[in-house]
Amino acid sequence: MDKKRNQWTAWLYLLPAIVLLAIFTVWPIINTIRMAMLEGYNLDDEMGGMAFSFGFSNFKKVIEYPTFTNRLGTTMLLTVLTVPISTLLALVIAVLLNSIKFVKKIFQTIFFLPYVTNSIAIGMVFAAMFAMLNPLAGGGEYVSIGLMNTILQAFGISPVNWINLNAPYSAQIAVMTIYIVWNALPFKILILLGGLQGVNKQYYEAAKVDGTSKWRTFWRITVPMLSPMIAYVVITGFIGGFKEYSSILGVFGDSMGANNHDVDTIVGFIYQNIAGNSSNQGRASAAALILFAIIFAVTMVNMYVSKKKVHY
Amino acid sequence: MKVLLQNLTKIFPSRNKKDKGAEVIAVNDFNLEIPDGKLVGLLGPSGCGKSTTLYMISGLQSPTSGKIFFGDDDVTKLTPENRGIGLVFQNYALYPHLTVQQNILFPLQNLKGENRLSKEEMLKRAHEVAKLVQIDEYMNRKPAELSGGQQQRVAIARALVKMPRILLLDEPLSNLDARLRLQTREEIRRIQRDTQITTIFVTHDQEEAMSISDYIVVMKLGVIMQTGKPQWVYDDPANLFVAKFLGTPPINLFSGKVENGKLYIGDEQVLDTNGVEDQEVYVGIRPEGFVIDKTGKLTCSISGIDVMGRDVSVVSTNSNSLNPVVRSIIASEEMSNISGNTVKFNLKENKVFIFNKETESRVYFGEQLKAHEAMVAEMEEEGQSYVTHHGSLPREADDVHKEFEVEEKKGVIDKIKGLFSKKKKDAEIKDEAPVPAVDEVKTSTAEEKDEAPKEEPAAADEKNEAFPVDEVNASPKDSANSKPTVKKKTTVTVVAKKSSNNSSKIKSTTANATSVNITSTTAKKPNEVKKIDSEG
Repeated sequence: MDKKRNQWTAWLYLLPAIVLLAIFTVWPIINTIRMAMLEGYNLDDEMGGMAFSFGFSNFKKVIEYPTFTNRLGTTMLLTVLTVPISTLLALVIAVLLNSIKFVKKIFQTIFFLPYVTNSIAIGMVFAAMFAMLNPLAGGGEYVSIGLMNTILQAFGISPVNWINLNAPYSAQIAVMTIYIVWNALPFKILILLGGLQGVNKQYYEAAKVDGTSKWRTFWRITVPMLSPMIAYVVITGFIGGFKEYSSILGVFGDSMGANNHDVDTIVGFIYQNIAGNSSNQGRASAAALILFAIIFAVTMVNMYVSKKKVHY
Repeated sequence: MKVLLQNLTKIFPSRNKKDKGAEVIAVNDFNLEIPDGKLVGLLGPSGCGKSTTLYMISGLQSPTSGKIFFGDDDVTKLTPENRGIGLVFQNYALYPHLTVQQNILFPLQNLKGENRLSKEEMLKRAHEVAKLVQIDEYMNRKPAELSGGQQQRVAIARALVKMPRILLLDEPLSNLDARLRLQTREEIRRIQRDTQITTIFVTHDQEEAMSISDYIVVMKLGVIMQTGKPQWVYDDPANLFVAKFLGTPPINLFSGKVENGKLYIGDEQVLDTNGVEDQEVYVGIRPEGFVIDKTGKLTCSISGIDVMGRDVSVVSTNSNSLNPVVRSIIASEEMSNISGNTVKFNLKENKVFIFNKETESRVYFGEQLKAHEAMVAEMEEEGQSYVTHHGSLPREADDVHKEFEVEEKKGVIDKIKGLFSKKKKDAEIKDEAPVPAVDEVKTSTAEEKDEAPKEEPAAADEKNEAFPVDEVNASPKDSANSKPTVKKKTTVTVVAKKSSNNSSKIKSTTANATSVNITSTTAKKPNEVKKIDSEG
């Protein structure tokens, strides 16, 4: 008797959370799956807006969409480039920050600033930094107005068309990589610095007594000791990387690339299908589920690897 | 490898740059010679600078001044890796992500150039050392999968594998449970004997230090109080601190006096002390120094008897005891001599130590001086320097002294009276306080209270402020057993100026000893400052 009543009390206390979660998390997930499976739900379909049966046509349409593989490729490329670079850089910066005492706080603040800055605003600054005038406008001459090209020219290197019309794919990817790495650093530095400060100083004293070189201390002591934090940073980095969208929007605006969606991502594709006049929710849902499957698979691989490599 | 520490001093600067007084002298003018191949224990209460000394020997901390020699090499300026030391940390600092074998191999893999061994040689060395410390069965385990004692041995193996000149152990047994502690200390002794590496270890546990050390160095507030073989230091303490610090059960302390060559505890004349000048003394009697005798000299009232099998511990009280109870250990056969509530003891002369009340230095009497001189001679023959510290350190910082407050508690009401009337009429106090010993000290406090601060030289000031940690430690107890507003702690302190080098210290010791009464010589020294201070 008593036990039963206690259980009801417990459920009563949980009720507010359960209701909110059900409405805003569980139902949207179920609805996404439902919409993705509905045939003829999209405006673009032959029998637009007339959902009549369940099937996998939405998934087929997503995969067969002319630029989808492009977007998937860009997403993966950006993820694979930015996660290792940003993690490694964050690790180095965290170790350096941890080893200085003077002005440590100032540097910590400086490195943390990007984290609290709006990514659209950062994107606009990056766009200005890498900008270059349209070569056709200036009578066939490239006229550089961006900071990056000015620097390149100062070193006698001819300016590069980074992000303007007809910019090559590689240049755009380079800009986005720099942007994303820079934007991802603060969070990672914060986590790794926290981890470093938790490492017992005696390990370093023991290493010092044994005459361990700095390099070896870093790889054999610091990195293994930080491995749980590194694993966390890498896993969240991958998830974030696959969901990349706002950074590209910030740099390129609506066109998502110098040449009409050429550096667009999966989230960009999802957005494109539900925004504005297009009402292809079914297709967007299917793309979202595909993205989820990819992230899930990659995370599983990450977890598997970290289980073997991470020392807790 | 012989280790020589010369005038070693470590001062930790104060956190607040403006407040120079807050700096901490962790190690104060430390002179010590440790002979080759011996196991030496640095022993002292927490905050006495023993770990700092060890870390300075290791090179992880650099001394403020002074020199460190390994053999004939001056290693003061060398970095830890160039000193050839093995260091075992208090919590072992084993790399948790590496197996036992990888942990032991780690120092070898750091070697470069011609010192670098081949992989097979490294493995061979690692296995040899593992066998020595008996962990060769666990080579593939991670530290977390080992017991505390096994981890300890891995840490020792890792320190030994590069064949250090000196092995340093920081509180090696403090993380082990009681049983393992006994076992491990035997292990450490055995490993040290097998390897013959000069080993220095730090501990606050006197039993641990006594049981395995060739020599112990008793420290207090960064100063060596006494060095020597454990048994010697126990049998022949140079000052009150050492007497109280060593021994379980602890030494029994009484307030007494020497008059006309006789030692009195209260009104009872307990021993002959021919040749000793008249003075107020502390009398320390080891628990095994009591002999029950119906015609005995010292009378105590029995409050309990603890049977321990072979021996019996008689717990009694005496109004002149500075401890709550007098604990004596006697053979169980002697039990039959006890009848009624009082017990009379005769005292064994070699188990009774008397200390001058002001300097807290030992006052030798009877045969004791000869025994002492023989011991010092034997020690110096073995290459171990005999170092002692005469004269007391600031008393507020000494937690062992808290015992004395038990005594003061008895007279606390009289003291309140005394304090109230003190300002009005100094002369009256004498009449009101019943306990003679306390009374006299208090009188001096009352009289000199106002002038005392002016007389305090700067040196004495610094000494007092140098150990803020201990002062904080002492304060809770102060407030615990005192009534508020009562200024009850009366301090009489003599601060000795540092003697500039080791040899002069020894000389002065010998000089003092020859004249039998150290106190009198000490007091005459011009460079010593008497400081009288009253604090609550």
